Amino acid sequence: MRRGRYPFIIGFLAAPVILYVTFVVLPYVEAFYVAMTDWRGLSPDYNFVGLDNFAALLDNERFWKALRHHGVLLLVMPLVTIFIALVFSFLLNVGGSTKPGQMAGIRGSGFYRVVFFFPQMLAIVVIGVIFGRVFAPIDSGLINGALNGLGLGPVLFMADPDLALWSIIAVLVWQGVGFYVVLFSAGMASIPRDIYEAALIDGANKFTLFFKVTLPLLWDTIQVAWVYLGIAAFDAFAIVQVLAVADGGPDGATTVIGLEIYQQAFRDSYFGKASALGVVLFFLTLTFAALTLRVTRREAVEL
Amino acid sequence: MSGTPDNPSTDAPSAVTRRTLLGRATVAGLLAVPSAGLLSACLGSSDDDKQDQAEGTKSAENPLGVKEDAPLEVVIFNGGLGTKYATDVHIPSYKAKFPKAEVKFSQTEEIATQLQPRFSSNTPPDMVNNAGSKLMDMGALVQAGQASDLTDLFEAPSLDIAGKKVKETLLPGAIEQGTFNGKPYVLNYAYTVYGLWYDAALFKNKGWAVPKTWAEFTALCDTIKAAGITPYGYAGANAAYYQYLVLLTSAAKIGGTDVLKNIDNLEDGAWTNDAVKKAAEAWAGIGAKYSDKAFLGQKHTEVQLQQNQGKVAFYPSGSWLENEQAKDTPATFKYAVKQLPSVGGSDKLPFTAIFAAPGEEYWAAAKGKNPRGAQEYLRHMLSKEGAKKFTELTKVMTVVKGATDGLTISPGFTSGAALATAAGENAFSYRWADWYKKLDDECRSATNELMFSGGTAEKFCERMQKAADAVKKDSSIQKFKR
Repeated sequence: MRRGRYPFIIGFLAAPVILYVTFVVLPYVEAFYVAMTDWRGLSPDYNFVGLDNFAALLDNERFWKALRHHGVLLLVMPLVTIFIALVFSFLLNVGGSTKPGQMAGIRGSGFYRVVFFFPQMLAIVVIGVIFGRVFAPIDSGLINGALNGLGLGPVLFMADPDLALWSIIAVLVWQGVGFYVVLFSAGMASIPRDIYEAALIDGANKFTLFFKVTLPLLWDTIQVAWVYLGIAAFDAFAIVQVLAVADGGPDGATTVIGLEIYQQAFRDSYFGKASALGVVLFFLTLTFAALTLRVTRREAVEL
Repeated sequence: MSGTPDNPSTDAPSAVTRRTLLGRATVAGLLAVPSAGLLSACLGSSDDDKQDQAEGTKSAENPLGVKEDAPLEVVIFNGGLGTKYATDVHIPSYKAKFPKAEVKFSQTEEIATQLQPRFSSNTPPDMVNNAGSKLMDMGALVQAGQASDLTDLFEAPSLDIAGKKVKETLLPGAIEQGTFNGKPYVLNYAYTVYGLWYDAALFKNKGWAVPKTWAEFTALCDTIKAAGITPYGYAGANAAYYQYLVLLTSAAKIGGTDVLKNIDNLEDGAWTNDAVKKAAEAWAGIGAKYSDKAFLGQKHTEVQLQQNQGKVAFYPSGSWLENEQAKDTPATFKYAVKQLPSVGGSDKLPFTAIFAAPGEEYWAAAKGKNPRGAQEYLRHMLSKEGAKKFTELTKVMTVVKGATDGLTISPGFTSGAALATAAGENAFSYRWADWYKKLDDECRSATNELMFSGGTAEKFCERMQKAADAVKKDSSIQKFKR
């Protein structure tokens, strides 16, 4: 048996390892190298410039703006999304009848489950286009059409620098909630009914059920959701590219690092600088993921 | 919280599950930055292998020395102009002259996506039409030595205008627009005039006269506003550059074309110049009183559509506008364009002066297999016949002087052509927006601030000057002079 084991393992591992090295590791190594050149992508020639591209980032106002936006996204988006998703999935699963022996979601929960999950089925570009119409400042805009009719509009969702990022976050939350409703519902389904029923017999109301029973038993799933959403907060490129005015505007009010990379590389032909941004994003995401692993591990011990 | 065996959140296997999940999340995080890796995908061979280039002998009949049977590869951007002008006019013209040559034609909607790998591996096509939203940075291409010096082409005799060199058949500014640090590398073929576009039929109906002075302009705007129409609009979301273009046109009219030249050359204080300040002040007044803040969140197509619906009176744009809107323009709507009203009584340039720029880049790849054939192809484009047929197919003027005289295509085209004729030598343009993308970005934002978000002329000038100074100091940005 032992003799056949290693060829067997190697045989299985070789293909994925080769694929991973060729398509993930090598491009990363090359990106690190390109980040230290002034390559412009239009000829094979380039010069080695050391860390100049990184030094230039320090003076790059838009880079700092993008970084700040990721900070806001990281703080707000996971919190809001998880909160809404928790409320919804609680309502869908245990929010209905509180009579012992009849634990169920609110009426029509099957229908709502589909509705909530709907945005998840749409491509992000489609969502961008849809919300372009929802936010449009003219009469044909969904919200402003109504507001204008009441003489209250228009609200410049995407054009007002104080509102634009929040509008983007609202779309991201709208799009994300469905997935987490499903995730949390799955988590709740595995919480034994008898715990709920015991609590109900002890006279717990819905709020107590939610905070004292559901939340603690779902804590692990929520942590996973937080990591996923945190990583999503470092992206947001597609929605900004489609929905924001003036390339991450107005005036850089919605820009994110992904968009800056795209602009530097594919519009301005500064591939070296763009790669430097990519390297920075790489380390940011890595740091975030590592930090979260640390923090959640400690909490798991406390539990 | 213990005991229940089917509770996955408390027993050991669940911890493993969670850790695996988190581990996967980390991997997902790593994959969330794929752009960094993709960027370098094309950085491969750096050996400088030049292709063998075809050369023929120069003669009176063949002034550029084209090898008559050498194949030629032409790539055309398929956008607003289509590709018919190439396949039906210019390629047949080339083949008529060199019947033994095979012309390989291809078209694309994304020039950079198609051609960037070919340039970075030194196997480019011969003639490239670099245009569209995914065009390659021309300055970077020139710097990388990818474009041929077109001096020979402009010195060669014209194909069908007897006794004249190619350069003598072109409108003023045509060669200059494609010149980088003293040498011509690019043929900017289409000639675009810019001004204020309006519906001539509507103005005639209402008895509104198109203003020549700023006082007339604001007075008319009051009248238009009273009629329930928004007097002036531009699209802040993606086309703020239409607005800074007219703003700087006004500045040039006030202070002369040197104002723009200084801006292009990143001279100290070029943006804080009095002429720029005065122009910004005048336009800020229009934005505050005669426009609508809602335009800030709209795209050019949306604002243009509102003009077609009679909701917006004046719209700043270039002569492609009529063609772009052809689908949405009601039959009663007659496009016309007018010069910008003079801001003060003592403007250096007359009312007829206009911003007019040759655009649409066509050039010969320096490292292609047949650069001479590519230049010859450009000479065919610049023939009177080639230019005229181009205009007939695309409704766009070319830089070839007088090629479209007497051609009646549409009201907007006639109006634009009249503007160009009236301007004569008083047609000017700038290059900074193409040379320094960063300044372009900054100016779009500064213009939106000035027009709609409570900015002042002072703030506008200072903000732009600061940005220009920063570009000037940044040694990683390639500089140009004119």
